[in-house]
Order: sequence, then structure tokens, then C-alpha cells
Amino acid sequence: MEYRLPFRQYNKALRKNKLLGLKCNDCGKITCPPTMACSKCAGTNMEVCELSGNGLIVTLSTVYVAARGREAELPYTVALVELEEGPWIMGNLIDIDPRKAGMDLMGKKTALSFKVCPADEFSAGVAAARPAFCVMRE
Amino acid sequence: MRRVAVLGTGHSNYMFRSEKPSTELMSETAMEAIIDSGLMPGDIQAFLMGNAWGAFEEGQSTLQSYVANEIGCYNIPATRLEGACSSGTMAVREGFIWVASGFYDIVLVGGVERATALPTPLATRVFVTCADSLYEWPTGFVYPASFGMLAHLYCRTYNIPLSKLEGIMACVSVQSHEYALLNPKAQIHKKLTKEDVLNSPMVATPLRLHNCCPFTDGSAAIVLASEEFAKKLDKRPVYIAGVGQASSGRISSQSAYYPRIRSREVSSRQAYRMAGITPEDIDLCELHDCFSIASLIAAEGLGFFEYGTAGDAWEKGNTRIGGKIPINISGGLKAKGHPVGATGVGQVVEVTQQLRGELMEQGRQVEGARYGMTDTMGADGVVTNIILTTEK
Ligand SMILES: [Zn+2]
Repeated sequence: MEYRLPFRQYNKALRKNKLLGLKCNDCGKITCPPTMACSKCAGTNMEVCELSGNGLIVTLSTVYVAARGREAELPYTVALVELEEGPWIMGNLIDIDPRKAGMDLMGKKTALSFKVCPADEFSAGVAAARPAFCVMRE
Repeated sequence: MRRVAVLGTGHSNYMFRSEKPSTELMSETAMEAIIDSGLMPGDIQAFLMGNAWGAFEEGQSTLQSYVANEIGCYNIPATRLEGACSSGTMAVREGFIWVASGFYDIVLVGGVERATALPTPLATRVFVTCADSLYEWPTGFVYPASFGMLAHLYCRTYNIPLSKLEGIMACVSVQSHEYALLNPKAQIHKKLTKEDVLNSPMVATPLRLHNCCPFTDGSAAIVLASEEFAKKLDKRPVYIAGVGQASSGRISSQSAYYPRIRSREVSSRQAYRMAGITPEDIDLCELHDCFSIASLIAAEGLGFFEYGTAGDAWEKGNTRIGGKIPINISGGLKAKGHPVGATGVGQVVEVTQQLRGELMEQGRQVEGARYGMTDTMGADGVVTNIILTTEK
């Protein structure tokens, strides 16, 4: 059984600033990032949909000690964002000072952007895009 | 299903920069466990071993087969279990099932890791290979950030000011270091104050260096046998009363439960149900404190405290010997150390020794304990639990 939304397609779209997910035709649940089975009912009757990319910051952490190959990005902020369509997704926060990123950002609205992670020898040559969220000023 | 007993145990010193390769580290404690059981290598019918990253650390995969041969267990089936930080406990659980099912009577279970063979930046990269490599690693995600995000969410969910949580988390580390001072096998023998924790360098907000466990080299081993066989030996048997294991998806997929860990609740309930007991019956616990916030989340998920209240227990000493539920009296991952593949086996060794009353001389015996529990969590939610007992 083939993936309805494989990583390659998701990654390609994100590099064009489009966030793709899956909508379940049986229960209506939106799953993003994609999985083979619906994250609610475990059915596979899903179709690809484009998400708004808008969401709210659920939680965050600013990293000061990176894994090998990512040191140049330090310090940077990793966050979990709740998309307005429901699912949570992990991304980075941009347009903020990571050194000042604290709990006061939790609940703030975000808009989608993206950054590409360079491939290393453990990543099968894949340069993966990840969501980079701009924090909306109120 | 047959009852399964823990016979002998073996446990290396946990340390930085072991001069011994993993084959030697593992073989030494494996032999120690066999001798402690009053057995010979030829009595062992199968070997199960936890090891997460031998290939990265020493360019050595398939360690289990070489170890079996090293110790004279020629041509027995040797199997490696990998579930990141849960690898060792997975091996214990698997060994339990193999003996309980009647397929084997005597099984050797071990775990080994030599994580400090890797320089820290590479070790951090290797450890994060157990995160979702396609959808989450690209953010520069590292495990301290995972638990940093959980810490912030914990504060928000239970309405705890961050400064208060930072104080509580410092207490967790201070207690672990205090007990590790009494444990000759612990990696870190250094008294720690709350100020030391709060002034240590930031790793991933709000977690500082002393909210994080170290990288560790070490190994541990046990021999498991059927009750019938165990009764023939004069060693005071400790039985496995219950086991649990559960997996999880990537971190973002756990949204509905965070900061609770669903897989821990699934796994620990399996173990309680099998043992026919409740969290109130547990007399001591070795749980997965890879980061100090993880201790609070684990203690609540295992059912020892209401959600959002575990911090009070550490602050009031209810997790010490004599408290409601003594936790990580070995020093825990924070100070005893965390040799990934060995960690869960080491926890079972610790609880077995506690239940046998063997730690009086070390000054950290939990007296009269009848039920002890272990808890490990690998990757984003590979949770395993073992309940041990002296009850017949
Ligand atoms: Zn569905």
C-alpha cells in the first residue's frame, strides 16, 4: 500500500511554503505531519489537503548545546505549534531573539515559513525542510 | 505462564571514558551474573542484550554474538534489543516472556553502552537519531529541548510559575547526587547544592547542565530462570511480578496527552495489572530521570502522585528513604549514570538488591520493601516497566 502523502511530496511542497496534510474522509480528522493511517480512527481513506500554516505556540525551548553539524545555528528556538486545523507540528521560531524567547510566547499566533536542514551522513542525503514560524505581533 | 525469578546479578562501575571496550564491559558483568547465580556458562540457554549505538561508538554491531562467545556460551541464540534508552528493559521483558512461556528455563539478560567514546557533539547527534529524522530532527531538535518544551508546558498546564519549577527541579538533582554518594558503582560522586544547579550553564531552556543526566559507559546483567529451577538454588529469589511496554509516535503526534506520556500510562498499567497491585503497593522505584522534569512526569504517570504535584514530594522529602515512595535511591540516571543500553538492566539489578536487603552496608537500604518497580523511557515514548517482588 502506497503512502497517500509521502515525505518527498510533503518536503517539496514545504520548500514552496505550502504545508500539506491529510484529511480523513471517514472521521474528518486532519493529520500533519503525514502518517499512513489517520491519527484518530486509524483508517486509510484520506486525501491530501493544504493547510493554512497558521497556528498558536504551545510550547518552546531555546537550544544552547547543539548536535554535531548544527552548531552554527545556535542559539535557536524549537517549538510545538498547534495548527488552526488541529494537529501539532514541530518547527523553529524565527524573527525573534532566541535568547529572550520565554513562556510569554506560549499562546502567541504564528504564520508559516520554512527553512532547509542541511543533509549529513546520517540523513540519506535528504535535505529536509522544516516549518519556521514567524511570531505575529499583536 | 510460569513465574520467573531473577537469580544472580552483575553490575559494572558506571563511568566516564571507560578504557574497556563494550565486549569486555558486557562480558565481565555477564560472567559475574552467571557466577552469582551459582551456574556455569553452559547452563545459559539464550542471551538477550540491550545496546543502542555500538556501531557509532566503537564500529561494533552484533555485539551480543561476540559476548556470548567470549563468556563460553557457545552457539546459543544471542539477540540484541534496541529501543534507545529502553533497550535494556526491553531485553529484561523479552527474557521474562521467553522463560514465562516455557520455551527456555534459564536466560541471560544484559545491557551495555560506551557513550563517552563519542565526543559530546557527535554523541548528541547519535542520540537524536532516535527522534523522527524526517519531520522533527530538521528543526535542530535535541533531547534536552524535548524535555525543555515539556517543562514549559508542565508549568502552563498545572499553573506552576517557572521559577518555582526550577527550584523543584534543582531538588530532584540534589537528592540524586546525595544518594549516588552512597552508591560505589555510581558515575558521579559529588555533592550538589540547589545553587550549583541553578547556576549551571543553560543547555535548552529551562534546563541547565545539572538538570541533565551525563553520558555514561557501563554494563549490567541478570540471570532469569523459571520458578521451578530457581527453587533448586539457595539464593533468595526475587520474582518478576509484572512487565509492560508501549511505543509512541513522533513528539508532535502526542499532542492530546502532553505533558503526560500516554505510552507510560499504557505500559505501567500493563505491569500493575499483571502483578495484581496498584501504585500504592510499590515500595521503591527506579525511574527514568534523564532530565529532572522527566522525574516529575514519570512519577505522576506511574501513578505515585496526582498530576502536577510530584514536585511537592521531592521538596518535602517524600521521595527519600522513609518517604511515601523512595525514588532513585541508586542516584538515578542523573548521578548513578545513564549507559543507555545498560540502564534498564542496571535498574533491575538495583531493585533486586533492594528487595534482597543487600544495601544495608551502603547506607541506602529501603527496609522491608516487598514490591519494587523500574521505569525507562526511550526516544519520544518507548516506555518499559518491570515490577519485582519477594512475594511468593
Ligand atoms: Zn479518521
